[in-house]
Amino acid sequence: MKYLAKKLAALVATLLVVSLLAFLAFQVIPGDPTTKILGTEATDEAVEALRQELGLNENVFVRYFRWLGNFLTGDFGMNYSRHMPVSQLLGDGLVVTFALTVLSFLITVLVAIPLGILGGSARSQLLDGAFAVVDQAVMSIPPFFMATLLTWVFGILLGLFQPGRYTSYADSIPGFVACLIMPALSIAIPRIAMTVKMLRSAIREEMERDYVRTARSRGNNRRAILARHVLKNAMVTTVTFLAVSAAEIMTGSIIIEQVFGLPGVGQLLLEGISNREFLTVQAIVVILAAWVVVVNFLADILHQLLDPRVRYE
Amino acid sequence: MKKHLAFFLAMLMLLGLLCGCKGATGKNTSAGMKDNSITVGIAQDLDNSLDPYKMTAAGTREVMFNIFEGLVKPDKDGNFVCAVASDYSVSSDGLVYTFILRSGVVFHNGAKVTAEDVMYSFKTCASTSVTAALVEALSAVDAYEVTATQFSIVLKEPNPDFLSYVCNVSIVPKDYHDQDTAPVGTGPFKFQSRRVLDNFVIVRNDDYYGQKAHLSKVTYRILEDNTALFTALNSGSLDLVAHLTIDQTKNLTNGYRVAEGTMNLVQAIYLNHDVKPFDDVRVRQALCYAVDVDAMLKLTSGGHGTAVGSSMYPAFGKYFDESLANAYPHDIAKAKQLLAEAGYPNGFSFTIKVPSNYQPHVDCATVLVEQLKAAGIDAKIQLVDWSTWLSDVYKGRNFEATITGFDSSTLNASGMLARWETGNGKNMINYSNADYDAAYRAARATADDAQQTQYYKQCLAILSQDAANVYLQDLVDFVATHPKLKGYEFYPLYVMDMSLLYWDK
Repeated sequence: MKYLAKKLAALVATLLVVSLLAFLAFQVIPGDPTTKILGTEATDEAVEALRQELGLNENVFVRYFRWLGNFLTGDFGMNYSRHMPVSQLLGDGLVVTFALTVLSFLITVLVAIPLGILGGSARSQLLDGAFAVVDQAVMSIPPFFMATLLTWVFGILLGLFQPGRYTSYADSIPGFVACLIMPALSIAIPRIAMTVKMLRSAIREEMERDYVRTARSRGNNRRAILARHVLKNAMVTTVTFLAVSAAEIMTGSIIIEQVFGLPGVGQLLLEGISNREFLTVQAIVVILAAWVVVVNFLADILHQLLDPRVRYE
Repeated sequence: MKKHLAFFLAMLMLLGLLCGCKGATGKNTSAGMKDNSITVGIAQDLDNSLDPYKMTAAGTREVMFNIFEGLVKPDKDGNFVCAVASDYSVSSDGLVYTFILRSGVVFHNGAKVTAEDVMYSFKTCASTSVTAALVEALSAVDAYEVTATQFSIVLKEPNPDFLSYVCNVSIVPKDYHDQDTAPVGTGPFKFQSRRVLDNFVIVRNDDYYGQKAHLSKVTYRILEDNTALFTALNSGSLDLVAHLTIDQTKNLTNGYRVAEGTMNLVQAIYLNHDVKPFDDVRVRQALCYAVDVDAMLKLTSGGHGTAVGSSMYPAFGKYFDESLANAYPHDIAKAKQLLAEAGYPNGFSFTIKVPSNYQPHVDCATVLVEQLKAAGIDAKIQLVDWSTWLSDVYKGRNFEATITGFDSSTLNASGMLARWETGNGKNMINYSNADYDAAYRAARATADDAQQTQYYKQCLAILSQDAANVYLQDLVDFVATHPKLKGYEFYPLYVMDMSLLYWDK
């Protein structure tokens, strides 16, 4: 209980610091949202009136605490250049980003675990070597490059999907999921390679342990030991790694959304930064930070459940 | 067996995923041919407000051109042709403009266009427009006179450019208050739907009074990432994309046709006259001599683009003076001599602020730095993002030199030239020249078109002699279209007319 309270306090503190930093960053960079809204032809009076309306002329800290107060009561404010409440804007974007995250995560788990077990239990030297080389190569491809590569091969050369097409979830759920497959693969493939490497070496390490030798000497066959004892122990680090991955996938999807033109929070974030929409950026930064912190926290709990030796106090 | 099974299952899953996203792509047919629609790729989302008087971005106007019309509208040759009005006349003293309303024009919501709607449109535009030049022109209106079929505007003083402002006043229905989100106009296309950062859809207006559009639907797909936009085009997902760079057209491998037009703007190295040494005309002239525009065009756009020489682009045939483009032939010796006379025998150094989101400007700045080195001038590039450029350079005038393009938001010469008048709010280079001011004011004061043209030409000559800026070019504009999509026409302004396009089956 004490542990939980401590974690929760850390979470709140992290979010406060993150939001304050994001807020201050906007004070440092030049540029102001009024030009985007009113254009370059606007009269000075119109600009001044808008600055007044947006509260841009007030003290930084006054504005920060007002924002914080509103945020805590669920009022995320307005996106001025879109004239939409931030919460409404983010609602649509989050569905896309979250769906992309979930799909990437599912693909990673479903592919990486069988492959990792296969790699870990392979006894042929040749197969093992080939596995390691391919794994290392795939792992070194950053997702945005993987995205370009997949688009080129499957979109342009093979014509299996249409790059740049997007179907909203409001129109068709299957169409929506189909549009997310390539982006999800771009994120998942390098991550699969990482997970496989981790699981594979964990299995190898476990197989060298004394208890395995003892079990072998008692006449158990290799496969049974693998399934019954080794896997359970080897999975501990992998599962924790996967849980942390869930956080990284979501933050990584920001770049991938841009490459595939998906209207998720990543695109909203970039647009928000270039339009100096601080309320939108604030909300996204806080949501992403919260996701990372919460997922890491869950990963800790999971680790504890899987490995009773570990106790966080 | 089990391990093979695991491997097999994993592979099967991958395969299943790949097949799941198989789309219908054919090499030489577009999905749009079947239902007579097209998908156009655009690089930015539209403004939040679709109200014709509140639109600010050029990219929004480019799309909304298909939805809104004025009493008159521009055609592809830059003339004003009748739209909601069927005829118009101007009194001999240039003070009264009388428009005959076309009968049977209906708004997209089905309501008939009346003279009351027209008057409402002019009054609303005059009080709410975000375009300062338009508000100023309309403030010179003395009275509006309305009959059932006629609409007259009485001006306080004559203004030969007035028709170009009339063209900018979109006719909207009276007492309709949802223009922000559901725009209603009289154009050949109607607004259907929009989705943030995703798409913008317009459909054919079947009740259009003039030549009806061929296409039944146009979907604008928003792809803000340049590479994503190009990839989508090259894969055939998009039927039309405008504003491509020369490199992109060269990399296009899908057999699309590429048409070449111009951007209709004046790209120049704009110099801040309040900053030393740019307050000295000899230094500015030296820069002009040191810059080799032809070589710059060859290096940045394969020789495409048109040298301009002053603040006017070729589409304004009436005012454009070709000879000004050669006023400063490339001459390093002369540049050095001028610099020496100005007291900079060893050259000088300055910083040029370049908006990082416009690749053509970045490319030209890079070449510029190299060219100036030959004359002993040390220029440094500082990339700034667009918001910073707007607030620091454009509004704050905190710069030595910058590179950008200016167009005419009001479709007339004064849209290009008003800003260089002493003390003008948009005079970001702090230009001040008594001769220029006199010529510009004389142009504005005259009611005679020929005389006005003479004065405007004089303005342009002064800008050139005074080397107000280092004038470069009207940038080239490439448009790629599906080989079977025909009818694309370039306009002398930043619009895409969708009503002319059709599928050649």
